[in-house]
Parts: sequence; C-alpha cells; structure tokens
Amino acid sequence: MMECKQAAKLMSQAQDRNLTFNERISLKFHLLICSGCTQYNRQMDFIRKAMKQLK
Amino acid sequence: MSSITDQQKHKDKRVQKVSAEQIAAMRDEMLRFTTLQLRDAVLAEDVVHDALNAAFASDKFTGRGNLKSWVFAILRNKIIDVIRERSRHPTESYIEEDDSDDQFKKNGHWKKSHKPSNWGHPEKALANEQFWIVFNICLKELPENIARVFMMREHLGLELKEVCKELNLSDSNAWVIMHRARSQLRKCLEINFMQEGIL
Repeated sequence: MMECKQAAKLMSQAQDRNLTFNERISLKFHLLICSGCTQYNRQMDFIRKAMKQLK
Repeated sequence: MSSITDQQKHKDKRVQKVSAEQIAAMRDEMLRFTTLQLRDAVLAEDVVHDALNAAFASDKFTGRGNLKSWVFAILRNKIIDVIRERSRHPTESYIEEDDSDDQFKKNGHWKKSHKPSNWGHPEKALANEQFWIVFNICLKELPENIARVFMMREHLGLELKEVCKELNLSDSNAWVIMHRARSQLRKCLEINFMQEGIL
C-alpha cells in the first residue's frame, strides 16, 4: 500500500518522466483515498502553469 | 544612388524602428528573467548586454515575426552558456541522494503542518499582482543549487535529461532536487498566499 511520502515523490516525478504502469495504478488508487495528496497533485500542475507564465 | 546604399538605408531604418521604445521595455524584462535564472544581478547585466548586442549585430532578424521571442531565444542560449561554464567549475556540491523528507511522519503520512490544503481555484491567482510578488519571493527562497536545476527545467523549459547532462547529475539526484523545489515552493505559496477559501 502506497504512503503519501512515496505518492508525493511520484507526483513530482510524473512532471519529469513517464511513470511505469504499476506506478500509475498505485498512485491513482492512493489519490482516490487521500485528500492531501489529491490537493498536492493539483498544486503540482498549478506550479508548472505559473512557471510557464512567469516573466 | 546605387541599390546597395538603398538597402543600407532600408536596414538602418528598420533597426531604428525597433530600437528606441521596444528595447528599453524588453531590456527590463530580460534583466528580470536573467537575474532570476542566474541569481547574480551584475552577471545578468552583462548577459543581457551580450544578448542585445548579438541580436542587433545579426542580420538574421528580418523584421518579420516576433522581435521579442527572437531576442529571448538568443538570451536563453546565452544563459545556458553561462550555466554550462559554471557547471564546469562547480563551486558547490549537489544534494546527496537522501530519502528523508520532513513533510512526512515516520509512517509516511503528511505531517499535520504540511498536509496540502485546498487552494480552490488557484488559476485565478495568475491574474493577481500580489500573487506574482509572493511567487517571486518564494522562488528566491529556494536554495541556490536547488533553484538552478528547477529554473533550468521549469523556466528555461529544458528536459530534465538535458539538465542532468549539463550539470552532470544522475536522474535520481535530479528527481530529488525537483521534488524538494516543488515541495518548498508549494509550502511557501500555501503559507503566504493560498489560504483556504481565498480563491
């Protein structure tokens, strides 16, 4: 069972590499049951978006 | 009058046309961009100066297309040259691979103080001037060796593979650094801007 620590690491890595099939499945499953990580995941996308618009 | 003189006149006119107002505004923006990237205001001045010189000494800009993106492309290459040169003479070591992460409890769950809260619709913040002030402060708070990797990836838009090659980092080293940068930035934004319900 994946913990938040591992999930957070994968959510960051997902911005830089393709996760493996197993990583994607366990992360998805973890996100279904974890509100903190779900927020973290959205925030990772937002930070990338902000960096793109940074002047 | 020969046609060569006409061509020269035409070129001078073109250069004059882009020089006055546009360069001043662009130069400020270039300086901000470069300072953020290199974290050295004096060096940034030099790099921007070089980039502008290179841009206007070159005949390649035909007047068509976007002047700004053309100049920024030159600037981006100059910045990468500087980073490349620096990484040949590293003054600091990169973070050792380390699995510790103080956002989490021993059991791997979020510490109460670090659990991400709901930011609502953070995209709205992108139009908010105050947000950008906070965002820039948070970026400046990243430790320099972390910031360098993060900025090359997210600001210059290099693939992480390229960043690793330039800075002689292993993939896993780079992932650890990127994760730290994102986590610290996230936390800083949350404390200083994204209070629950604000957006």
